[in-house]
Amino acid sequence: MDDVRTLRPRSALAIGVVRGVNALSRGLGRGSGTVVGGRCGLAIEPSLLRVLARGRQIVLVSGTNGKTTTSAMLRAGWGQPVAANVTGANMPEGHVAALCASGASRAVLETDEAWLPHVVAATAPAAVLLLNLSRDQLDRASEVRQLAQRWRECLDVPYFSGTVVANAADPLVVFAAEVAAKVAWVDLPATWRDDAASCPHCTRAIVFVGDDWSCPCGFAKPRDCATRLDDGLWIDGVRRDVALALPGAFNEANAAMALTGLARLGVDLEPAARRLATVTSVEGRYGRRRYGEHVVRVLLAKNPAGTAALLSSLSGDDEVWVAINAQVADGRDPSWIYDVPFEELRGRHVVCLGERRLDLATRLLYAGVSAEVVDDPAVLRRGTSAVTLIANYTAFREWVGRSAPC
Amino acid sequence: MGGPERAVLKICVLYPDLLGTYGDGGNALVLAQRALARGIEVDVRSVTIGAAIPPASIYLLGGGEDGPQRLACDLAGEGGLVERVNEGGAVVAVCAGLQILGSSFAIEGDASYPGLGIVDAVTTRGARRSVGEMATSVGERMLVGFENHGGVTTLGAGVAAMGEMLVGRGNDGRVDGFRAARLWATYAHGPVLALNPWLADEILSEVTGHDLAPWPSVADRLYEERCAVLSTRRADGDRRSGHR
Repeated sequence: MDDVRTLRPRSALAIGVVRGVNALSRGLGRGSGTVVGGRCGLAIEPSLLRVLARGRQIVLVSGTNGKTTTSAMLRAGWGQPVAANVTGANMPEGHVAALCASGASRAVLETDEAWLPHVVAATAPAAVLLLNLSRDQLDRASEVRQLAQRWRECLDVPYFSGTVVANAADPLVVFAAEVAAKVAWVDLPATWRDDAASCPHCTRAIVFVGDDWSCPCGFAKPRDCATRLDDGLWIDGVRRDVALALPGAFNEANAAMALTGLARLGVDLEPAARRLATVTSVEGRYGRRRYGEHVVRVLLAKNPAGTAALLSSLSGDDEVWVAINAQVADGRDPSWIYDVPFEELRGRHVVCLGERRLDLATRLLYAGVSAEVVDDPAVLRRGTSAVTLIANYTAFREWVGRSAPC
Repeated sequence: MGGPERAVLKICVLYPDLLGTYGDGGNALVLAQRALARGIEVDVRSVTIGAAIPPASIYLLGGGEDGPQRLACDLAGEGGLVERVNEGGAVVAVCAGLQILGSSFAIEGDASYPGLGIVDAVTTRGARRSVGEMATSVGERMLVGFENHGGVTTLGAGVAAMGEMLVGRGNDGRVDGFRAARLWATYAHGPVLALNPWLADEILSEVTGHDLAPWPSVADRLYEERCAVLSTRRADGDRRSGHR
């Protein structure tokens, strides 16, 4: 990044304001102090993100699920000082705040799917990681096929010369990435397909056979993948062993994406893979917490694909609590719970929590799952069980606030 | 249909791979579970892209984006949905499914695309999307749900609406959906039957020709809660649901 002294006065002023406002905001205890300062800075200097990105090696991470965890893995794996929007503020005001707070010459920016085109244009990133695209908070976000089209347009421009690291198992991601000049395809085990049944090119049915997919129009899963996660993780023909501390097959996929990105940035993968294993908790996620006498593993689930992945990674012995809210940050419409295969919880007894606990209990009724509606979480303090709590965004934050670290 | 003592209720979900954006599959699940709870045997099938539409008691159409909606409309036409309806099949349609049943709908900009023409209803593109919780008065009942669509639907003379709007936009700000014998259509997308157990039972009752025994459950509590929330919102003239 440019030294402040070489910036035009408006930019220098904007950077000072971002730092000052955020320090004040943190001092007043009004949150983690990222969004408000960034917003002020952008009001003074609309091209502030471009100014701050200049001269830095920037990696963007976008997709419906796994952005925060994959970004944490990239930071850990890089092994150098990295500027990052660690609080999850993943729109330009958060990016501006992160780049003002750190002079590091490298940056990992988790980026909201709808903002990706804007941020690619502003930051000229060295690499863009495209994880997946599925339905998420549809009452406020664009529908997923439109997002894929906008990604495609932003990667097919002369000013973007970076590498796209893209999930080859997701037809919507492939549709977006196939136009880029440099792509490293990552062959991941297929999971969520409900949003890619119809071909983004011709709307005909995509045929899925095992992990492979193709459309009669010729659109198909890329053959020349740089990375394969099948029988172990193979990157550019070399097997890489990663002993992840984070649970679940979806985190192995996130690690495959992060390491492929680091490979394209020229990072030595052997020490990078070792450093990845040090990531144990990401923004409070996955960590064990104490609530009363319970030990609770709090998992964040915001949408059908993410929730389905968590359900399939549940431990057999844990009690299961599920908390669903429907505030603006969650999406106001909890219809998505009918896209989650809650039938997998049959045989368990589930505690229903959150503002929309009745919607959840009704969903579980129709799934044939024994459920109990708990209006006041305080009654749960008694008991000494190991609990897995699955919560969507604002419910997750409530539960992190209500519980204590172990 | 099965033997004379025990008819099987055949529920057919049309193109869940194209129309099913907001958990619309929940409606088939709700109908099936509420029928089973009353001792009615059910057979739930999905018709995916390229498959023929089999005879069934109830067909379900969900919501979807523009391209998939157009394709689903073409497939339903070629697959003989109109004939199945003429033979006595019932239809429950939400959102894009509602638009497909009409005479035409707007797609990709303002171009008009022919619908199945089962109902005289024309959908054009509205000035803005309608997004938020909605409530409709249907006789003595309230229908609650969530809408997210860009259409304005105008019903032909003699076509009955599902109900009058209490909160939200529906077809045009005044009424929602349409209703005919063995046909229910609403802009309340997703699992509208999960939110309105009375409507699920009304559909089952009309299709089977039998009154159903009450089946109390937590779904009734959910319905009461949403009715209370939306009644308050209406009384307050509160537009937090996204309607300005």
